[in-house]
Amino acid sequence: MEITWKTLDHILMVKICGDIDHHTCEMLRQQVDQALESTNSRSILFSFAQVSFMDSSGIGVLIGRYKLVQRLGGRIAVACPSDRVREIFRLSALDKLFPFFETEEAALADLKGGNQK
Amino acid sequence: MKNQMRIFFDAVSENEAFARLVAAGFFAQLNPTLAEITDVKTAVSEAVTNAIIHGYEGKGGTVELFCAYDENRLQIEVADRGIGIPNIAQAMEPLYTSKPELERSGMGFTIMETFMDKMRVESIPHFGTRVYMEKDLKTE
Repeated sequence: MEITWKTLDHILMVKICGDIDHHTCEMLRQQVDQALESTNSRSILFSFAQVSFMDSSGIGVLIGRYKLVQRLGGRIAVACPSDRVREIFRLSALDKLFPFFETEEAALADLKGGNQK
Repeated sequence: MKNQMRIFFDAVSENEAFARLVAAGFFAQLNPTLAEITDVKTAVSEAVTNAIIHGYEGKGGTVELFCAYDENRLQIEVADRGIGIPNIAQAMEPLYTSKPELERSGMGFTIMETFMDKMRVESIPHFGTRVYMEKDLKTE
């Protein structure tokens, strides 16, 4: 798995490339948490455009980050999930916790709007 | 056509991807759809992860993966000789996890049930757990 990130207006934009499973999610968790703290970001945009596989380990990571940004007064948005990833999120009712978008631009616009409130 | 294979590997997280790729490679002989092979990979990944995290509690051991097919019916078994599951019904409840501190979602069994046609768990405390799964391929 490869993770790249950048920030914009207190939004941490995380691009995930590869498989998300129990083995790789620890790296995802650590890198996102460190980036969140070091950049003083409040919200996270996860781009799933290049995620090739995800099992329920990904659900745990996203719920954990959701709790984290809630304490910071921020939000989470997910961009470009595959049909399979979306189905796994729907099964665990994650689609009730945060929004999903077809593009990173749409997700960013949503988070920017939220951050201005 | 009948065919089967059985492998044993160390209960370390590096082998989660290995196990699902082995299962996918074995069943690829039947020309499944991409969705069907993703179903299998996801279910195997969940079962193997359970064996590593819950069966052996991350302390290591050996995981068994058995794959077989008879015409278009797939059969998968994932087994460990770990601590076992004291209450299977509770463990299979959606969102139930015995390890919330590890940020586990408690959705593993639900995902196995959703993506496979049949799923059954046998477990004996202090002896181990075996998960049985079946799936009928729709492809001819």
